[in-house]
Amino acid sequence: MLRYILKRFLTAVPTLFVIVTISFFLMRVAPGGPFNQEKGLNPVIKANLERVYHLDQPLWKQYLLYLWNLLHGDFGPSYNLPDFTVAELFAQGLPVSMQLGGSALVLALLIGGCLGIIAALYQNHTADYAVIATATAGSTIPTFVIAPLFQLFFALTLKWFPVGGWGDGAFINKVGPVLTLMLPQLAVVARLMRGSMIESLRSHHIRTARALGLSDYAIIIRHALRGALLPIISYGGPAAAALVTGSIIVETIFSIPGVGRYFVEAALNRDYTLVMGTVVVIAIFTILFNLIVDVLYAVVDPRVRYD
Amino acid sequence: MTDVAQHPAQQGRSLWADAWGRLRANRAAMISIYYLIFMAVICIAGPWFTPHAFNTIYQDYNRVPPSLSAYPKPEMIDQAVKDAVKRARVELDGWKEEGGKILITVSSAKPIDERMTRYIDRSSVFENAAVVDKPADGLRMTLGADIERQHFFFGTDTSGRDLLTRTLIAGRVSLSIGLLAGLVAVVIGVLYGATAGFIGGKTDEVMMRIVDVLYSLPFIFFVIMLVVFFGRNFVLMFLAVGAVLWLDMARIVRGQALSIRRQEYVQAAEALGVTRTGILLRHIVPNLLGPVVIYMTLLVPQVIILESFLSYLGLGVQEPMSSWGVLISQGAKNIPSANWLLFFPSFFLTSTLFALNFVGDGLRDALDPKDR
Repeated sequence: MLRYILKRFLTAVPTLFVIVTISFFLMRVAPGGPFNQEKGLNPVIKANLERVYHLDQPLWKQYLLYLWNLLHGDFGPSYNLPDFTVAELFAQGLPVSMQLGGSALVLALLIGGCLGIIAALYQNHTADYAVIATATAGSTIPTFVIAPLFQLFFALTLKWFPVGGWGDGAFINKVGPVLTLMLPQLAVVARLMRGSMIESLRSHHIRTARALGLSDYAIIIRHALRGALLPIISYGGPAAAALVTGSIIVETIFSIPGVGRYFVEAALNRDYTLVMGTVVVIAIFTILFNLIVDVLYAVVDPRVRYD
Repeated sequence: MTDVAQHPAQQGRSLWADAWGRLRANRAAMISIYYLIFMAVICIAGPWFTPHAFNTIYQDYNRVPPSLSAYPKPEMIDQAVKDAVKRARVELDGWKEEGGKILITVSSAKPIDERMTRYIDRSSVFENAAVVDKPADGLRMTLGADIERQHFFFGTDTSGRDLLTRTLIAGRVSLSIGLLAGLVAVVIGVLYGATAGFIGGKTDEVMMRIVDVLYSLPFIFFVIMLVVFFGRNFVLMFLAVGAVLWLDMARIVRGQALSIRRQEYVQAAEALGVTRTGILLRHIVPNLLGPVVIYMTLLVPQVIILESFLSYLGLGVQEPMSSWGVLISQGAKNIPSANWLLFFPSFFLTSTLFALNFVGDGLRDALDPKDR
């Protein structure tokens, strides 16, 4: 297993390299530059700025320079937020986004999983239909509808929660963002869990377990659930990567100082280093969570072997 | 050999007739289909029948709440009269309303120009303003005007435009983007996936690696780059969005094509000497169509959400044109003062997505009897 993990880390390097290369050149082919927005920027100043950031050099040199710096863990300075380096921005924002995304993921897995199991156990009963209805609603209503509606009802009308803001991480400020992040994921998890649980309950080893007179609890938790977990795990990996790297919608609506906002803003402002930094961070998380998924596969399903 | 085919002893039910029967039995899916047709009809035809154009601005009706009775409300007339008279730079002495008409008396230190009726007309509350009575000295004047009755069933937005018409116009945009971009994605995906699946071997390997790489790029980055390239052009936006969403389709089609090629019935057809095109048309395409149709119905809501998302970020459809995403983003900014701006577009968008989802699920059940 350890060898497998090491091997996966090694194969991650070329993947990252390809991603960095494509995004670097894709970003550069786009018209415009980081210092084009400000009206009437003095050409001499602009030239100086570009020289400081090495933007006046040929593209291949800039690319090699960026790779070189990246290898040394240097993400470079942000062009549009000149007081910060990209690394500093992530050091500030990433913990916030990870906290919210992580809580949303854990809650979605727990609640969605339980709902899915209940729906599977009471298939075609009222409880099942209720879960299906919730799941359909959760997966069709977009976040940018849920979030303002949450603000309207719970913050403005009932005044239970603040409308937005981080409030130094106060619990009450996190409720809205976590709930809106969680709901779509919860819906998918509940659906997947219901489907795979129904299938798992029909399998032979469950019939055998019933014949042996095991308790319902043991059958469901120890035997059926284990087989039903695989689809959840494979969905959870990419979902986790997306959640912990922040959501622009949720962070903008609730004014959360996370990293989700950076990507779109930076891409629009041609803040090359910040965009590249975001791409790299997202890619690292994606690779990491894919690895965790594969390891969990082997833990849950003994038929999976990586030797 | 051809004789066998020419003796249909019993009329068999085709795949499609069978699927249609199953779909008809699915009540949620059928209701959803009717709802979608209804939605399409009101979005396409509705704007011609609403009393307002989607870009007409009614200055005096900023953010008025939805109402079934006509505007102006009695208390609004007073404000409108005051505003209009103030713009004309004369003093208001009084006004009274009788039978849909209004009589305004004004005075001024200087003789009043009769052309000031234009100031009254310019207000969206009054029309046909005319001088009724003007004493010889010209320091006083009485004006008559019709009160213009307006209906705003969904209220108006922050610039004073009718939300009903705008929601319907936005529906046109959102629905057509959904269909067009969905179609683009399906065409690219099917062609790409089918090519990879049929040719197989090294070509397949390379083509699928390309898909993998594109997959690992953050999706929104890709979309933003396309938007940046194409500018905020409406039609190109469809193509860009469609061009991003074909990856799933390509994977599904390739997988299907690979597995169908290895099925016994294809081998049997090959053994019987059926040509390559024959196999393609008779066996592979019909079996591919099921997943493609299902995936397309699930793709359309995805595209609509994506378009709304882009418009929400200000990257999509531009003013004065509108889409549901644009309206929702404006609504979200105005929830404390005007929650109907969020409510109506959200309802239209969400109910459409719901219906599309039910149709997609229904089609999956209908076309894929194994998966039940």
